[in-house]
Amino acid sequence: MINKTVQSLAEAVQNIHDGATIMISGFGEAGSPIELIHALIDQGAKDLTVVSNNTGSGNVGLAALIEQRRVKKMICSFPRTANSTVFPELYNAGEIELELVPQGTLAERIRAGGAGIPAFYTPASVNTPLAKGKECRVFNGIEYVLEKGIKADFSLVKCELADRYGNLTYHATARNFGPIMCTAAKTSIVQARKIVEAGAINPEIVVTPGIFVNHIIEVSKPANESELVAQKLTYPW
Amino acid sequence: MVEKQINIGWSKTEMAQNVAMDIPDGSYVNLGIGMPEMVADFVPEGRELIYQTENGLLGMGAVPIAGQEDPELINAGKKPVTTIPGACFFHHADSFTMIRGGHIDVCVLGAMQISKQGDLANWSTGAANAIPAVGGAMDLVAGVKRILVITQHNTKDGKPKILNQCSYPLTGKGVVESIYTNLAIIDVKDEGLYVRKLGPNVDFEYLQKHTEAKLYQ
Repeated sequence: MINKTVQSLAEAVQNIHDGATIMISGFGEAGSPIELIHALIDQGAKDLTVVSNNTGSGNVGLAALIEQRRVKKMICSFPRTANSTVFPELYNAGEIELELVPQGTLAERIRAGGAGIPAFYTPASVNTPLAKGKECRVFNGIEYVLEKGIKADFSLVKCELADRYGNLTYHATARNFGPIMCTAAKTSIVQARKIVEAGAINPEIVVTPGIFVNHIIEVSKPANESELVAQKLTYPW
Repeated sequence: MVEKQINIGWSKTEMAQNVAMDIPDGSYVNLGIGMPEMVADFVPEGRELIYQTENGLLGMGAVPIAGQEDPELINAGKKPVTTIPGACFFHHADSFTMIRGGHIDVCVLGAMQISKQGDLANWSTGAANAIPAVGGAMDLVAGVKRILVITQHNTKDGKPKILNQCSYPLTGKGVVESIYTNLAIIDVKDEGLYVRKLGPNVDFEYLQKHTEAKLYQ
């Protein structure tokens, strides 16, 4: 019998190793798997490369993971957001590496990684500093830059509904990077607001097919990052 | 004796109105963060525009009523929004398939600098201590059919923003179609920058004086 449900957040993240590349879903707080990130902080893995659109805010979630000096490199499109102070401080102190990627290129690099495409050409960033040192090529009179797909050891993703096979649905704009990150990681770890019986999700509306998912854990009342930040909380509590 | 103050140029809302007038009925539109977002408030009656926000929503509606915000229903500026009837959600790779694949008709962006060739710089001053952040701007200018720029004509300290060459790192080369400032509406053409409309109490000489690049009438 296939059952990808695990019993605790700690169990969900137990195999994450030092030096791992981890994709973390979310656009700002929407879709950010805060409880899984906090479990990863408790678990202790370090020297991580994190692929995520932003760098978290306040002193919780991804920002807290960075603040604990567990991330050696961020691959992201927008590392400064309202209330994000941790990353800028460490970056200016030279304590964390940044690979800045245009948002659409980031999405496509993850999609390509998951789809078995090693590299692709995109027009985004041509003639800008972000294309420097990269192979460029002209197709039909337009210049494109070669970008490589990204694969990860793990992805941490937040979803709405999951079943024991790992079929997932999402909520509103919390979907963002979740579906593609599930495809691009060797091990995808998903926190679901609710785990339902197999068959309870109409096959027509499954967004992430279960084949892309390895572990699911129910977090029925996930915290809102903005509320934790407003309360000036720091993780570990 | 107190001199009566003469207002020169358009207000921000009038600038947003100018942009809105140039977006045809039925367009799929992506609005950048900040002043571009104001454009949605001035769409002429009888036109239906569909707003795409790159974090995964087509059919973005108005700001929610206080107390009805959903922290997981936000726009690219990470502010709470609503959906219109007929809206849909999608993941990031699909979102940028819309953008990079040329399916979005119009994108309205802010600018730090614009060159006479339509080069746009709007993501970084290139300063050594600045944290670089690019978001979706480079994908938008590379893929959206029409790029309209809304910006103050000059910087806060009075320096020109419309230049012969951008000194800041580019977002994209030769991508801007038209520039909507407080002083004028300017179209970028192969032969140069053409002034389509002057703001209230702005004459051509005044405009040229506040612009580094040569303007044509």
